[in-house]
Amino acid sequence: MAASPSSYGPRPWTFYALATLFALFVIFLYGPMIAVLILSFQGPSAALVFPLRDPSLMWFDELFNPRRVGDVIGAFERSFPLALIVAALTVVISVSAGFAFRRRFIGDTVIFYTAIASLIVPGLVLSIGVLVTFRYLGMPAAWYSSALGAHLSWTLPFGLLIMFAVLGRLDPSYEEAAYDLGASRWQAVWSVVIPIVLPGMIAVALFGFTLSYDEFPRSWLTVGSKNTLPLEIWTMTTNVTSPALYALGAMTTFVSFAAIAIALTSIVAIQRRRSGLK
Amino acid sequence: MTSGDVQKSSRFVYLQVAPLALVLFFFFAIPVALVILVSFFRYQMLVGMVPQLTSKNYVDLLSSPTTLALYLSTVKFTVIVLIITFVLGFWIAYFLVFHVRNLLTAIGLFLVCTVPFWTSNIIRMISWRPVLGKEGLINSGLIKAGIVSHPLDWLLFSDFSVVVAYVHLFTLFMIVPIFNSMARIDKSLLEAATDAGATRWGVVWNVVLPLSKTGIALGALFVVTLTMGDFFVVTVISGGLSGSATSGIFNDLQFLNYPRAAANAVILLVVVLLVAAAIFRLVDVRKELVR
Repeated sequence: MAASPSSYGPRPWTFYALATLFALFVIFLYGPMIAVLILSFQGPSAALVFPLRDPSLMWFDELFNPRRVGDVIGAFERSFPLALIVAALTVVISVSAGFAFRRRFIGDTVIFYTAIASLIVPGLVLSIGVLVTFRYLGMPAAWYSSALGAHLSWTLPFGLLIMFAVLGRLDPSYEEAAYDLGASRWQAVWSVVIPIVLPGMIAVALFGFTLSYDEFPRSWLTVGSKNTLPLEIWTMTTNVTSPALYALGAMTTFVSFAAIAIALTSIVAIQRRRSGLK
Repeated sequence: MTSGDVQKSSRFVYLQVAPLALVLFFFFAIPVALVILVSFFRYQMLVGMVPQLTSKNYVDLLSSPTTLALYLSTVKFTVIVLIITFVLGFWIAYFLVFHVRNLLTAIGLFLVCTVPFWTSNIIRMISWRPVLGKEGLINSGLIKAGIVSHPLDWLLFSDFSVVVAYVHLFTLFMIVPIFNSMARIDKSLLEAATDAGATRWGVVWNVVLPLSKTGIALGALFVVTLTMGDFFVVTVISGGLSGSATSGIFNDLQFLNYPRAAANAVILLVVVLLVAAAIFRLVDVRKELVR
């Protein structure tokens, strides 16, 4: 790193002021989540607030008992595969489009601004639109059709922006070298380009998975009669007043954290192997 | 490459971009076009939409004081949230880029800020209940410390809690793009400014702030559109006490009044796009992104 005015010598007072601001922000960011995690172990006296009495796992148990709190397992069995499909499609489609955008072509500006518009259109508006579209086509709304498309319209622009950042740093001389050595187009992509952009592709997959897994507004009118997990949680916020809600929160946050951990460890592993090879 | 190769590769480009274009066409362009079409349809009780063109939905909405009140409430929240998230986002990004000396530490702390983005928004909203509620952590803390004798009831289910929840959910949309812009600033520029006699504040104002404007514009774009398009935070956290532009849409949908919901949605869309266009006029986002 280049030397900055603050690189050497004693730290200025602004460092301590901003470090305090940063620490307070992290507490603000994580404090409530940790509170929910702790309260999900609430005992049978069932208060929604502190203090924690007789810690137990009863509210987790309750989640798997469909008579008491709605169809949590069924909702998970829709949300999880949906998120995996969205992640896979987001990677394939945005990587492919990212390569196309390295050159200028007729219509590139239109497609780019459509993607940006798709990113910023309010989810509720899109939800209504997709529902009306499927009605006109006479097709029933379902998680694997209308909701899948609605999710993609939101994850693809993210994927595309990440690919811009990744491919912007890709030096074209690597591909030229591969061509000079006699590689075909596919060989150059498969053996040279893909390994270089792999960490970026994992990041795109992480965005695709988590954005879909947690999406509410775009799912709301598009999933049909059976809820995905965020919709199920939404229903529970209005009619479940027990710590079971927190237990569900803890479980679904755990799934998100597992996805983040898998993505980050694989990125770190790839980088480490790469620097080891050098 | 020969000219044949060039032609082949230009056709290949369309093949590469086709899946994206198709998804955007069928799941963005057509749905939005249909929303606009339906917004001009007539609504009949029990029947639903009747495909007869009318401007009644718009006339009703635009002449209703409720619509104006809801939009004013939304704009108020948006402005407050934009200011808070910008101040927080700018200084946190500044701290990470210019004050943290070790690159790995900076990346680690940056990840700490971004991890909640990948978790459920609904859970993060709900998690304010045990903190801000009447018997929540803050109130019981304040009572124990003897600062207040009765729990503060404006902490939860109020405009205050709505702003807290928005700031909680959306600040990272400011941090990430501003961090990206700042990380590209050549640090020798700051050194040059200091050598030329600029104060610490002068460097921030005259060098860092102008060079981060793409990040700030992108962050503002995210925060404004997310806040204006939100319905769910305002409902869960305000306890139904605060309205937003989307509450009208929600009410219409409950009565299956799709034409009016669509007209409402189109108005929201136009407002959001106008704000976005204003931001895009300030900076050429694409040029900066592809760079």
